[in-house]
This record gives sequence, C-alpha cells and structure tokens, in this order.
Amino acid sequence: MEDQDKILHDVTSQDYKYGFVTNIETDVIPKGLNENIVRMISAKKEEPEFMLEFRLKAFRQWQKMKLPDWAYLKIPPIDYQDIIYYAAPKKKPQYESLDQVDPELIDTFNKLGIPLEEQKVLAGVAVDAVIDSVSVKTTFKETLAEKGIIFCSFSEAVKEHPELVKKYLGMAVPTGDNFFAALNSAVFSDGSFCYIPKGVRCPMELSTYFRINTAGTGQFERTLIVADDDSYVSYLEGCTAPMRDENQLHAAVVEIIAMDRAEVKYSTVQNWYPGNKEGKGGIYNFVTKRGICRGVFSKISWTQVETGSAITWKYPSCILMGDNSVGEFNSVAVTNNYQQADTGTKMIHIGKNTKSTIVSKGISGGKSDNSYRGLVKVMPGAMNSRNFSQCDSLLLSSTCGAHTFPYIEVGNSSSIVEHEATTSKIGEDQIFYCNQRGISTEDAIGMIVNGYAKEVLNKLPMEFAVEAQKLLQISLEGSVG
Amino acid sequence: MSAIQEKTAVTEKYLSLFGESKAALNEGSSPLLNRMRDIAMKRFGQAGVPDYKNEDYKYTNLKPAFDKSYRPALVNQSPIVNLHDIFRCDVPELDAYTILTINGWYYSGNTELAGLPNGVVVGSLQQIANERPELVENYLNRQAALSNDPIVALNTAFAQDGFFLFVPKSAEIEKPIQVINLMLSEESLMVTQRNLIVAEDNSRVKIIFCDHTLSASEFLYNSVTEMFVGQDAVADFYTIQNQHNNSVSVNSGFFKQGANSNLMAFNGVLHGGLVRNNVNVQFAGEHSEANVYGMSFTDKKQHVDNFTYIDHASANCLSDQVYKNVLNEESTGAFAGRIHVARDAQKTNAFQRNNNVLLSDKARMQTKPQLIIDADDVKCSHGATVGQIDREALFFMRSRGIGESEARVMLMNAFAYEVIQKIRIEPLRDRIGELVEKRLKGEISHCHECEYKCDC
Repeated sequence: MEDQDKILHDVTSQDYKYGFVTNIETDVIPKGLNENIVRMISAKKEEPEFMLEFRLKAFRQWQKMKLPDWAYLKIPPIDYQDIIYYAAPKKKPQYESLDQVDPELIDTFNKLGIPLEEQKVLAGVAVDAVIDSVSVKTTFKETLAEKGIIFCSFSEAVKEHPELVKKYLGMAVPTGDNFFAALNSAVFSDGSFCYIPKGVRCPMELSTYFRINTAGTGQFERTLIVADDDSYVSYLEGCTAPMRDENQLHAAVVEIIAMDRAEVKYSTVQNWYPGNKEGKGGIYNFVTKRGICRGVFSKISWTQVETGSAITWKYPSCILMGDNSVGEFNSVAVTNNYQQADTGTKMIHIGKNTKSTIVSKGISGGKSDNSYRGLVKVMPGAMNSRNFSQCDSLLLSSTCGAHTFPYIEVGNSSSIVEHEATTSKIGEDQIFYCNQRGISTEDAIGMIVNGYAKEVLNKLPMEFAVEAQKLLQISLEGSVG
Repeated sequence: MSAIQEKTAVTEKYLSLFGESKAALNEGSSPLLNRMRDIAMKRFGQAGVPDYKNEDYKYTNLKPAFDKSYRPALVNQSPIVNLHDIFRCDVPELDAYTILTINGWYYSGNTELAGLPNGVVVGSLQQIANERPELVENYLNRQAALSNDPIVALNTAFAQDGFFLFVPKSAEIEKPIQVINLMLSEESLMVTQRNLIVAEDNSRVKIIFCDHTLSASEFLYNSVTEMFVGQDAVADFYTIQNQHNNSVSVNSGFFKQGANSNLMAFNGVLHGGLVRNNVNVQFAGEHSEANVYGMSFTDKKQHVDNFTYIDHASANCLSDQVYKNVLNEESTGAFAGRIHVARDAQKTNAFQRNNNVLLSDKARMQTKPQLIIDADDVKCSHGATVGQIDREALFFMRSRGIGESEARVMLMNAFAYEVIQKIRIEPLRDRIGELVEKRLKGEISHCHECEYKCDC
C-alpha cells in the first residue's frame, strides 16, 4: 500500500510537461463582449453580411440564455466581460515554405512533438495548425485540392466558398442550441473547414492542432466538416496548452454533416492544462460537437481521449436522420487532482434501421469527479433501431467520484436498446496475480489501465494512438491507491 | 412565460386549498402532525407541482393531473356499507391480519388483531399520535422531511391519518399484516395518507399494502410511508396496486435501515391510471441489505414511473434492484434509479437493473439509471434494456404447437417471473403469479372483482 501511495504521489506531483508560452506578437481587441465587439470581430475578419447576421443572431440569443446548471460540475462564476474575444498573430503570415514561419512557432510544435516538416514528410498528415484562433499554415493543401477536397481555415472558407459555408453553417449546431454554442457562434474567431466532394476518399488523415496561447483569451474555434455522397474522411484534433494560473475559457463548436453513404471519423486527444495539484488554474472546456447523418447508410464516429482541462463539458453527438445510418462514440476520460469532467454523448435515432454504439471508459483519481452523461433517443419512426451502450468507470482513489447518468427514451417496439455500466477499482487479486508473476505493482497497474482503455485506443488512428497512450501513462500509470 | 404562469396557477390552487382546509386539517388530527404543516406547505410552494422541468419528474408531468379539481378527504367519513362486505381480497388464500383504510383514514370497522406478540401497537396514526405520542414523535417525518419532493411535502401538509405499526425489540409477527387501502367516493377526491412503521431492533415483520379503487370517480392518491428498520431486524414491505384508469397515485416510501438489517421493498403495479412510486432507502448502519424490486403491466394510456434512491451512507452494505415493465397499447413507462455511494462507504455492493418490453409501437419507455459514486472500493453496476419479445423464442414455441397469443403470455410471464420469485411470502408469491398471468391474458383489464367497471 505504501508503495502505491508513493507512486501515486510521484505521478500526481509531476509537472505539466507542456507548460510554456510562445512569445508571438498578437493583435488583440478590447476585453468584454457586446454587439460592437461582435461587429468588430466580423469586420476585422472582413466577413460577408450573412456571417455578421449569423453572429448577431447568436449573440442576441446568448444574451437571453443562462449558464446550464444540470451538469455534475462545480463551475466557478465566469466573467464574460473580462475576456478578450479576439487575438490573432499581428502580422498575418503568408508563407510558401516552412522557412518563413516564425521560428518560435516551429519551436512550439517541436516541443509538442509534432514537427510540421516531419509530419509533412513522414506521417503524410496535412496539418492545419491553429495558434490562437487564426490559421497560420495550411499544408498539403495542393495535394488535397487535386482531389477537389477543400481543407482550409474557416475565415478562408468564408471568403472563398461562401456558398458552402452559408449552406452548412449551423446545420448541426444552430446558433441558439445552448449557452456555449451561442457564445461561440457570436464570437468565433477561426477554425477549420473541410469539404469532401462526392465519391472522394480523402487520401490522408486531416489534422489540426489547437493551442491556446495569449494570456486571458478564450479560444472559440469552429470546425465544419461536410462529407458529400460516398465520401470518406478521417479527421484528427489534438490539443495541448501552455501552463497558466489564470483560468481560460474554451468554447468550441464542431459540426459534421454526412450525406448518403459518407463516412466521417473524428478523433480527439485533449490534453489542456488541468490546473495544478491544488486545483488552481486550468482550462474550462465547454465544447459542443454534433454530427448529422443526413444521408442513407452514412456513418459518423467520434473517438476521444480526454486527459486535460480543469472542467470538461462535452457531448459529441450523432443525429441519425438517414435510414441505416450509424453513429459511434468511443471515449476515454481521465481525471486527476481536482479535475471535473461531465462528458458523454447523444444518439438521436430518427431514420429506420439506425445503429449506434457507445463505449465510455472513465478513469478517475485524486479528488476528481468524472461523469458520463448520455442520451439515447429512439423516435417512434425509427423502426428496427439498435443501440448498445457500455459505460465503465475505474476508481483510483478513495476521494474521487465516478458517476453515470444515462437517459434512454424508446418510442417504438421494434427497436432494441441496451445499456450497461459498472464501477469498480482495480482488483487486489488482479494486482496480486501480476505481482506473483514478477510484475511490479506500477507496471501491473499500467497494464491493467491500458488494457481497460484499449478498446477505445484501438479506434484511434495510428499517430494518435501513440500519443494517447503516452498521455495515459503520464496522467495515470501507477496512480492507484 | 405562459408555462410558468400555468405552473404557478396549479401550485397556487393547492396553496389556497391548504389555507381553506387548514382549520379542518388541524381539528381532525394530532398536534404531532399539525406542527409540520406550515413548513411543509412552504416547501411545496417553493418547488411547485412537478413537471418535466423538475429533473426527478422528467418523464412524469403531474401538472395536468393536479390541475383537475378534487375535494380533499378532510374528515373520516365511514361509508354506510360495511367495507368487509363489498371488498374481497385478490389474495384470498393468504393467512394474514387484515387492516382496512378508507380514503386515507383508518377504517372504524377494523377489528382488534388477535395473537400479536406483546407490545406490538397497530392502529390509526392519528389516534396513536394523540394517545401515545412517545411512539410517534421520534419517527414521524424524520426521513420524509429530507426529501426534496414537493409531493411528499404536500402529503406532510395535508396528512391527517393512516396506518401505524410499532414492533418492539425482538418481537416477531409471524403472519403478514395486509393493509388494504380503499378509495370510495361519489365525487373527485384528493386522498392523503400517511403511514408509519417502526420495527425495532431484531424484530421480524411482513407488511402487504394493497391499493384499490372502489368507485369510478377520479382520485388523487398521495401516500407517504416511513419505515424504520432497527438493527438486525428483517422487514418485508410489499405494495400491490390495482386502481382504475382515472386514478392518479403517488406513493413515496422512505426506509431507514439500522446495522445488519434486511429489507425487502416490493412494488407491483397491476393497474393504475398515472402511478408514480418513489422508493428511498438509507443505510444508517453497516452490513445491511436492501432488496428493491418492482414490476408493472400497463396498457391503454396508463403511465407508470418508478423512482428509486438508494443512499449508501454506510460501508459494507448491499443493495439489489430489479425493475421490469411490460408496456402495451399507448401506455408509457419511466424508470429513474439512483445509487449514491457516500465518500467512506467502502465495500459497497450496489446493483440495479431495469428491463422493459414494449408490445406496441405507441408505447413509450424512458429510463435513466444513475450511479453517483464517491468511494473507490465498491462494486456497482446498472443495466437497462428496452426491447420486445424475442422472435426466436416465439418461433420456437409456435413450432411446437403453442398458439401465438399463448406463447406471448408465457414469455411475458417468464419475463416477470424473475421479479415475482423474489417475493418472500410463499402464498403471496403464488397468488401474484396467478394475478400477473390473468393480467397478461387481459382478464383483469377491469379492476378485479370490481362492480363498477369503470374502465372505459
């Protein structure tokens, strides 16, 4: 037991590895939020009229909304007037090659272990790196353009493909969907836009690394992925944020639209600063992610590994509109110290023969709270629908909490919905079994936790799986009391 | 905006009803009950009549049901007829002590129960609160007051009478006590019943509650039962509900268990218009066990909502919950179960399962099993399924010459049997099994033996 305590102590006393600040000159607007700020953001980005209207509509809806209080979270009051809503690197860089990129920026990526050039050459991944809201560098664009794939920053898309943006923006997450989605819709600074034309299979994994950089800026990015008929795309989102004592707000929106027979895989590894051991600082992560399977036989799958953020409030959802469409949700959520996570999914079955699978693995340690909250709704017309949900929680300390709040609503008699959940700690017998075979307690716990999360990690693309596994090891291995 | 006003309007109605009835309520009751009324009514007023916005009532909107006008049963009006004559129990072979209540009041025609162990007190809550307040004072509203449920507060505000049982230390009541709650009225009636059961350390007691309606009028039945199970005590509490389609029934059970105690809380809904059952169990001592089971069979536009809250406040306790529902026609069902394991309640075992069968496309089922766990050395699980009769099993039976409808009944019976077989009183188990089979065959679509045939 003492051994384990020591290990626990060692692990929990580890410093956040990715804590550093990049000194890039940034262009900021005054603090606070009002209609003028919204107009100013829109003007700075030289947006067309419909975008300004979209933002203003969202802002007016947001003003009437209240912070939702149903989550199992203790959210400290957030002063929305004390946030800078727009920060962009001052000199908008326009690079042809990597040499022209600010060396400090390259350094940032190097520290993160994702050198652009290496990824470009070796991994074959196109990276649209977002630093504080504005895309700095989009790689592989030309290769993708050959196939007709549009993958660019959101502001670029607004300028170059306004008809697509206008058609799909807000389709999955309407402006007034919820408090944070409305806030995002009003002030979002940038993000990624991706359009896969009919019949195209995206040849590489598209990836964006988000970083929050300027102190006191909330990052509000918006991602829109549209997969037209018979297309396929796998999209990766990863994030690490530098250490800061001040809490930072992050309210992102991700929308996915899948047409007939299209398939979209969306994978996330989230490792923002979780705050220190006393629960000070850390990112507030309030994300709205939703995909619509509009077409028949379409498929959207969400895979997430959540290890960071002081507060996580995130429910990647699927609306299964097309007949025979499929939704998937795979999640590993790890909380330690004073972290709080309330995460899960919504699966709305509208079309006939729709299927959804939910696998959620929660791991909590320290004094953290980790909740799964999910909704499976089968509409009366969704005949022969099928859902299977499994939510497991692993408890690593006697002071943490693991909670499960599933909601199941079934409206016809030909559908089958199953939900199961278990909560337990690592069995003494399991550890004993390993010890007996010469495996140290620390290794044994690592093995068990990794095995526990394997089901989800296996769903991640190769490059991510490695990073995710590393993250799990950093935040968890041996932290069993 | 209008929804808020509407909600306030319904709540206001009960606030003013309370104001009008207060004198009568106080007069017909005991000071022990009267002293809690105002505070309870204030709490009710704050929360209001629950609708889907109240998270605990997400799937049961009580507003329309409460919006109708009911006359509260403020005085103990014994019916002209002898209730023993007009009511015949569905469980005739059962050898049990029988107690009747009428419209929430202890029936004056109840006879003295013979052969009870020394010191057992059974009777009207109001009468005993007046005559022997020391038996009531330390228990009444001690558990129910902890609840946030506005309907429980409403009960506390309006309660005047009900069933009372006190079982002293180490006493064992061998025969079960069957309490038959009857409702009989010519006009729409609001019935408030408050029951209190105290089973002291090392006692043994079995109680069966049967809820019935005897007339076709609309009833709003609000019943709260508090049961205190002492150390090493074993207590069984069964509720069988068989009410007509125009009745609204909210039953709340509060169980507090001492160390090493064993509780069985069983709930069977054979028939009812809108039924909401709350079961709250609190483990106040270690090494206790709670078995919480329920089943319901619904059709037409019936609605049954089971809500459980198991508070594992002490270590080393076990709770087991199984709820099964069979829904037909346009009926709707809901289940919400919450297991809360407190910070130091280590070595807790808590299990919960909810299985549902939908027989028609217009039936709806909503379920939200929840786990809130703040300790680490626990084994907790929950599971919920919504599905239909297994086609392969049906095919198997039909290929062996069993008719489709009979095969269906057999399969549903088998589905329900898992819950039925948990019943620890053998004659009751057999009888419930028969009743369920009858119910599934549609033979008691009218309340069994009821002359009113109110089921229109």
